[in-house]
Amino acid sequence: MYKYDNYDQAIVDARVEEFRDQVKRRLAGQITEDQFKPLRLMNGLYLQLHAYMLRVAVPYGTMDSRQMHMLAHIARKYDRDYGHFTTRQNLQYNWIKLEDAPDILADLASVEMHAIQTSGNCIRNISSDQYAGAAADEVADPRPWAELLRQWSTFHPEFSYLPRKFKIAVIASDEDRAAMRLHDIGIQLVERDGVLGGKVFVGGGMGRTPMIAPEIKDFVGADDLLSYIEACLRVYNRYGRRDNIYKARIKILVHEIGADEYRRQVEEEFIEVKKLGIDPPQAEFDRIAAFFAPPAFEAGLSNEIDRSDPDFAVWLDQNVVAHKAAGYAIVNISLKPQGGIPGDASSAQIDLMADLAKEYSFDELRVTHAQNIVLPHVRKADLYAVWQKLADAGLAEANLDLISDIIACPGLDYCSLANARSIPVAQKISTRFADLGRQRELGELKLKISGCINACGHHHAGHIGILGVDRKGTENYQLLLGGSGAEDVSLAKITGPGFSEDGIVDAVETATNVYLAQRTEGERFVDTYRRIGMEPFKDALYG
Amino acid sequence: MPFMDNILRFRDDAAHDEPAVTLDSFLGQSNATAVRIEAGDDARALLPYLDRIALVEVSFPKFRDGRGYSSARVLREAGYTGELRAQGDVLVDQIPLMRRCGFDSFAPEAPVDEAVLTASLARYEHVYQAAADAQTPVWKRRHG
Repeated sequence: MYKYDNYDQAIVDARVEEFRDQVKRRLAGQITEDQFKPLRLMNGLYLQLHAYMLRVAVPYGTMDSRQMHMLAHIARKYDRDYGHFTTRQNLQYNWIKLEDAPDILADLASVEMHAIQTSGNCIRNISSDQYAGAAADEVADPRPWAELLRQWSTFHPEFSYLPRKFKIAVIASDEDRAAMRLHDIGIQLVERDGVLGGKVFVGGGMGRTPMIAPEIKDFVGADDLLSYIEACLRVYNRYGRRDNIYKARIKILVHEIGADEYRRQVEEEFIEVKKLGIDPPQAEFDRIAAFFAPPAFEAGLSNEIDRSDPDFAVWLDQNVVAHKAAGYAIVNISLKPQGGIPGDASSAQIDLMADLAKEYSFDELRVTHAQNIVLPHVRKADLYAVWQKLADAGLAEANLDLISDIIACPGLDYCSLANARSIPVAQKISTRFADLGRQRELGELKLKISGCINACGHHHAGHIGILGVDRKGTENYQLLLGGSGAEDVSLAKITGPGFSEDGIVDAVETATNVYLAQRTEGERFVDTYRRIGMEPFKDALYG
Repeated sequence: MPFMDNILRFRDDAAHDEPAVTLDSFLGQSNATAVRIEAGDDARALLPYLDRIALVEVSFPKFRDGRGYSSARVLREAGYTGELRAQGDVLVDQIPLMRRCGFDSFAPEAPVDEAVLTASLARYEHVYQAAADAQTPVWKRRHG
């Protein structure tokens, strides 16, 4: 994985000092909260319902054990002994004191980490496929491209006060594990005539107006990438709406002027931008790519796995997926224990996952947008030992992509924007469907919960989505069906009137019963919904 | 970094003393040499006239409105060498980014603490990307 050189380190260290100075000025009353807000937000520091929340960037979701241990250390020293992994492959601390924030950033900088641009109306952390470098179906490792974009976007002088936040994802497989087309810019690496390039999609997103990004460019080579993306951003910075915060995302601009007109403007801008020489030479791309060279996989390993322990076999079938190298596997660690809080992990659990990465996975971990952790390169011969250690730490829930593998935003338990709580709903659904045999009978079923229309819990992209709203002072939950953030991307539709907190749990169960009654051989929940439509579900829910 | 008449200049030439006119009036008359563009104006409308403009003042109605950063770069990329001034809700922490976009004078509505500004302009020794200033991006330093 990428290692800082002196330049990278100097930039991150300077940021720590800059923020230390900004906090000092704020605490001394030299700047107002209104003036401080955009400064702290560009360092990922939010003021939430009960305390400051700090969001730490995990670039494209990749970390080593040293970094993971530091996250545990910070949780222990400055927070309440836990952290929360997010849908943007980042980690959030919920109970931070403003005066501690500069020291936390200094601790992060000591392990090549930061909180730069994890908030604010700027280019956010670049996200990617959690199986990068391990998946058999990728045309290349997408992370060198993501790192190139990370460096280009860091303190970009022109794009630090955009109309609204800006999220970019890079993937390299036809299977989309990163919700690529629900980003402001989604890039899929493709090969054309033996040359690698990016297919560029612009204007996707969730929030109150969900949109699937249309394709804007079929192929951009690595040597043009930054110029092309700079052109995309410049058109947005100049013409994106600033009169209404809810219409300020690039998806609204692309939707209002149309993909063809947006593309025309980008192409025109690209001609100008390309003259500026902002694209680094191939040597810089090669320098970055060298950090992502495959680890030294052992040759000749056996693919045999001893399945004699039935609990292990269940976990193996559900949470372990194929690796590109013979004798290796990709391990998914579920952060969705029965009745637990999706994405939360204690300091001890974070430390344990770091230790496992060091011992069994070439010192690498990934954070997934579904709020789980991945050990990307584990020898099949070690899977049983890894599983035993995970089980001892309460981390062996065998529910990847099942109904209890729930994405949920922090909701009204933490968030100052929320209208309703998400966490208790997730806990109740997870408890209702606690029987793993029943979950496996339901098969792949992606359930996603947001506590307000900003959709941080990706409810638009859920096979089953739940949206919490405030109805005359009480929390009310709308049910949505048929969304997907994968390569079969689609937006979920609302079934009808909302439900109470307990009612929504019943409603989810009712929807799964319709599926069980109607499905044909091999159909997932979302496939059945797409085939039979909303009506049978509505009849069962409201009939 | 002289502060004169509440205008912070990073230029050696004498301050331009002709008042800036709006983009509409500028385009409607042939002899103005100073123009003020609002956040929503298209800076490219000025490109045919750059050789006779001595001052472009770019308005920042709110510090969150970042359109002026693009206006500045468009003008510098087209070869404009005259004074480029950021006026309005310009905060001290924004000035380093604005310098990188090509602004070389500032007329902030609220006073700027010069000590803070001096420190923040000196803070980052390295930058990741090429922009409208003379700083060398780190990728160029890495590869000579």
